[in-house]
Amino acid sequence: MRKFKEYIIEKLILASGLASIFFVIVIFLFLLKEGLAVFKIVTPANFLFGKNWYPISEPPQLGIFPLILGSLLVTLGAAIISVPIGIACAVYIAEVAPVRTKEILKASIELLAAIPSVVLGFIGMVTLVPWVKSIFKLPTGLTALSGSIMLAFMAMPTIVSIAEDALYSVPRSHKEGALALGATHWQTIYRVLLPAASSGILAAVMLGIGRVIGETMAVMMITGNAALMPHSFLQPVRTLTATIAAEMGEAVVGSEHYFALFAIGIVLFVISFAINITADLFLHRKR
Amino acid sequence: MKIETKNLNLWYGTFQALKEVNVAFQEKRITAIIGPSGCGKSTLLRVFNRMNDLIEGVRTSGEVFIDGVNIIDHAADLVSLRKQVGMVFQRPNPFPLSVYENIVFGQRIHGAMSKGALDEVVQQSLESVLLWDELKDRLNESAMGLSLEQKQRLCIARLIAVQPDIVLMDEPCSTLDPQATQRIEELMRELKKNYTIIIVTHNMQQAARVSDDAGFMLLGELVEFAKTEDVFTKPKDKRTEDYITGKYG
Ligand SMILES: Nc1ncnc2c1ncn2[C@@H]1O[C@H](COP(=O)(O)OP(=O)(O)OP(=O)(O)O)[C@@H](O)[C@H]1O
Ligand SMILES: [Mg+2]
Repeated sequence: MRKFKEYIIEKLILASGLASIFFVIVIFLFLLKEGLAVFKIVTPANFLFGKNWYPISEPPQLGIFPLILGSLLVTLGAAIISVPIGIACAVYIAEVAPVRTKEILKASIELLAAIPSVVLGFIGMVTLVPWVKSIFKLPTGLTALSGSIMLAFMAMPTIVSIAEDALYSVPRSHKEGALALGATHWQTIYRVLLPAASSGILAAVMLGIGRVIGETMAVMMITGNAALMPHSFLQPVRTLTATIAAEMGEAVVGSEHYFALFAIGIVLFVISFAINITADLFLHRKR
Repeated sequence: MKIETKNLNLWYGTFQALKEVNVAFQEKRITAIIGPSGCGKSTLLRVFNRMNDLIEGVRTSGEVFIDGVNIIDHAADLVSLRKQVGMVFQRPNPFPLSVYENIVFGQRIHGAMSKGALDEVVQQSLESVLLWDELKDRLNESAMGLSLEQKQRLCIARLIAVQPDIVLMDEPCSTLDPQATQRIEELMRELKKNYTIIIVTHNMQQAARVSDDAGFMLLGELVEFAKTEDVFTKPKDKRTEDYITGKYG
């Protein structure tokens, strides 16, 4: 009887495992089927590197290069801001802060993570955007920079909490070993704790970036949404995600525009996948 | 006298872990500290490199002189103290870096050195712990992949590289098998020529085998301190005798 129960449980677990793989494959196939159809109209090279995105003109121009650059620019900016601050914050919480400060900081970071992205986007729209506009004396504050700053706030909680965990999980004996050799606190952090936690910190960075690349709502609200080739951070841009979200509603099912949006989905999928693979590679190289 | 304590007391919060310890350790000898679990052996050892400072709520009174300098003094320079007084831990704790980087760690933190000089330090340190032949082709591999014994030797090499003159060892063989233990003991005898060694051990045979002097602690007190031979053959204190003959756990 017991054996039978074990058997059933085992098979159930196996079935749910298989189901999740099955769903992933089905979703991916659907994405491929709908997305690849666009390449009947436009070559992959022209799709990826075409500089004009006019999906509803006649004939439609389906070049997503400005959108790819928009996503990369906003993500890069967000990473440049959030990675150093996030890691520094994690080090501060894990190693330096007195107990009370630590608790307050951790609670506020959790709070930051709990703010829905629309709300962050809205706050960004009414505060950050005017600031960027007046500080840089721009015609509009809806720029890549505003998006990057906003997204940095979204990546930060992920980076801080995972990097902090990674730092905590470094055995105490490493730290004692370094201090006993006469290392200062800072040398211990820099030479032992950070290298020892590097795989976890890298995972934190990757997950933070993953969150940024996939983010849609907030970027749609504050990056200006102009599908133009971006030349600087102080210009409106449009990201891949924002394009899908903004245009899917109006695209006619089965039209070139519709297929192109799915193809953008494939591109996003490939980018996320590449990020995860990179993270994995780094993680395993460390071991 | 290399190290001398005067009326040393230490409290963890309200718990007194060391009580009026007066002891003097001589240069270039191995001194063993023995006693039942929880009697304060590690605590005493960690006074000498001020590692107890890391623990919240520790309070110390009395004086501890190393080469005549009172290291309990708040003004004591911890970096140079710990450079002078090295420590080998119970569980080998190499850093998750390469063998090479583990050994030059001290050099890197205590001031720059040329690559050639570093290479030399690595070779000398590994030779003095008899690891050079085993590891000379594996210098860039992670130290985490070494055997336990190799790790512990590496930790000793890492210490030797900064040229301390006192080496504190807190049960350095407790995770090793008997053969490895024997080889580490041989290494200690070798190191004694240049270093003052204090070893904490649970293992009375080990204390008898390697040490020149021995101290017996009980409940935070240093009950007896003398030549190892005398401690083991003609203990003056009844409590020492009871411990040695196995009446405590
Ligand atoms: N961080 C601490 N906080 C409070 N009490 C402590 C702390 N560390 C040690 N103690 C207490 O101080 C006493 C001495 O501890 P210590 O570690 O020095 O003993 P030991 O002789 O090294 O024991 P063992 O042989 O088990 O290693 C013990 O009773 C222990 O419970
Ligand atoms: Mg101990």
